[in-house]
Amino acid sequence: MTLFKKNSFYDFAYKRFKKNKLAVIGAAVTLLFVVMAIFAPLIAPYEPSEFFFVEGQNVYNKYAPPSDGHLLGTDSLGRDVFSRLIYGARVTMMVALLAVSISTVIGTFIGLITGYFGKLVDAIFMRIVDIVISFPVLFLLISISTIMKPSIWIVIFAIGFVSWTSTARLVRGEVLRVKQLDYIVAANACGSSSLKIILKHILPNILAPIMVQITIGTAQAILMEASLSFLGVGVQQPTPSWGNMLMDAQKLLVLRDMPWIWIPPGIVNLLLVLAIYFVGDGLRDAFDPKQ
Amino acid sequence: MLKYIARRLLLSIPVIIGITILSFIIMKLSPGDPLANFINPSISMEDLEISRQALGLNDPLFVQYFKWIGQVVRGNFGYTYSGNHSISGLILERLPNTIILTLSAFVLSFVLGIPIGVIAAVRKNTRVDYGLTFFSLVGVAIPSFFFGLLVIYFFALVLGLFPSGGMINIRAGYTGYAYFKDVLHHLILPAIVLSLGNIASVSRFTRSNMLDVLKEDYIRTAKAKGLRNKAIVYKHAFRNALIPVVTIFGLSIPFLFSGAYITESIFNWPGMGQLGITAIQNREYGIIMALNLITATLVLLGNLTSDILYAIVDPRIRH
Repeated sequence: MTLFKKNSFYDFAYKRFKKNKLAVIGAAVTLLFVVMAIFAPLIAPYEPSEFFFVEGQNVYNKYAPPSDGHLLGTDSLGRDVFSRLIYGARVTMMVALLAVSISTVIGTFIGLITGYFGKLVDAIFMRIVDIVISFPVLFLLISISTIMKPSIWIVIFAIGFVSWTSTARLVRGEVLRVKQLDYIVAANACGSSSLKIILKHILPNILAPIMVQITIGTAQAILMEASLSFLGVGVQQPTPSWGNMLMDAQKLLVLRDMPWIWIPPGIVNLLLVLAIYFVGDGLRDAFDPKQ
Repeated sequence: MLKYIARRLLLSIPVIIGITILSFIIMKLSPGDPLANFINPSISMEDLEISRQALGLNDPLFVQYFKWIGQVVRGNFGYTYSGNHSISGLILERLPNTIILTLSAFVLSFVLGIPIGVIAAVRKNTRVDYGLTFFSLVGVAIPSFFFGLLVIYFFALVLGLFPSGGMINIRAGYTGYAYFKDVLHHLILPAIVLSLGNIASVSRFTRSNMLDVLKEDYIRTAKAKGLRNKAIVYKHAFRNALIPVVTIFGLSIPFLFSGAYITESIFNWPGMGQLGITAIQNREYGIIMALNLITATLVLLGNLTSDILYAIVDPRIRH
């Protein structure tokens, strides 16, 4: 396969990545979930918010155990758990990807300018980073989502605006390292503008660690969304999310007697996050020529 | 050394001011009128306006900020909308319970995390290493609430080994040693759940540090001298690998406090996290903000302490 230019940095990284079994498995599982999210309407047997009735009666078919009609049973409102699980993948991934895009753009921008310009800009922004990381992530997220009317967009923006700090610190560190290399000094001596140096010479050379950070960040965003939705301040009913599907398990009765309601969404959540972490670890090792 | 500590202290002053400003802004943005509780059909708009004036709600924002911060410094966080309880009273009541839980989880994560990391590093690329590394990754990847529910399901509901929630057995009315044993019995499951993610990150971090140190020249020298493998690992490598682990002390604090929110609400542990969850449900913004401010300050102090500890154990950092 000629995905990358032969013998380039990315070509070597790709070859190293392919040799890492766990990373390849992780990538495959992640891809599977992506396919599931994209083709949700084709895979899911029912609509996620469709209510089912007990046959011949005008009563919702609540808490039905798994059967042929409902592979994973029904939930507290008589909705098909399996269908909600499939559609939940869409919600989870959309939230995570958009949130990570926001945090990556903000974090990379701030990391680049603080690392490159230093001095006052650096001092001010790094203090802002200090302030934001002093608030435990979940606290800040909860505050934001309680103030605004909870919606999927608020969740996305809240996660994005809370988690840019680690990207900013990472990019800043990388810029500080690259800035001292000879070719940057040479570009400076040739009179290149700061903008050109940052965008053309620095950014392409620190993409690898940013890509690792995006992968890990996606996994973390999925966990954050799940926690928020579980606590009731994230994705709201009737939209299914793997986090809010577990809310019902806070009732002891559901927890003890109806494992089909809460175990499947927990498992898929764990699987997806684990798979993405494997990819992230694999990328990190692949990009590190010392390995 | 003193100079370094003084510099770190000075640098944290703007941060702490920033924390209070951010808390204040979030509180001001929250919906709802502080006077909403006093509104009844018999009160006129003019009277409302007069009380607004009297309460200082018409002052410019920065004046309100300074009045608020003046009270906060004295430990007064205001009163709840419903019932008019003192917020600082509510928090003080629950702070010790949260500290018991987070401190146990903190100790647990280092007591278990460091040995796991060291063993994985020493047995690099063996089954033991793969097993432990896989376990750590699962620990980082599992949503804490899902792990909590699993633990309750198996250990409390199916096996009946531990209580499913709460901090004491209220009906038993234990005192003295029996009380201590009862709390410990209730503490075990939530402490394990809260520490899992942290155990995982401590062990991953210890493993990679240990591997770095084992590549150092002085380890090769020790080997060349004919030292036994045990002596090399535990006397030379282990000590040096532990130094950076100090930085995780500080990082653990926000992680554990965040986690306490979820763990406490799953296990009905009567701490600040559970107070926060109830506050969210009842839209008690005053409580949420006070909790935010207190934890942010604790986290800042935690980071400061770990930075200073790091500088003490590793003199290279000071420069």
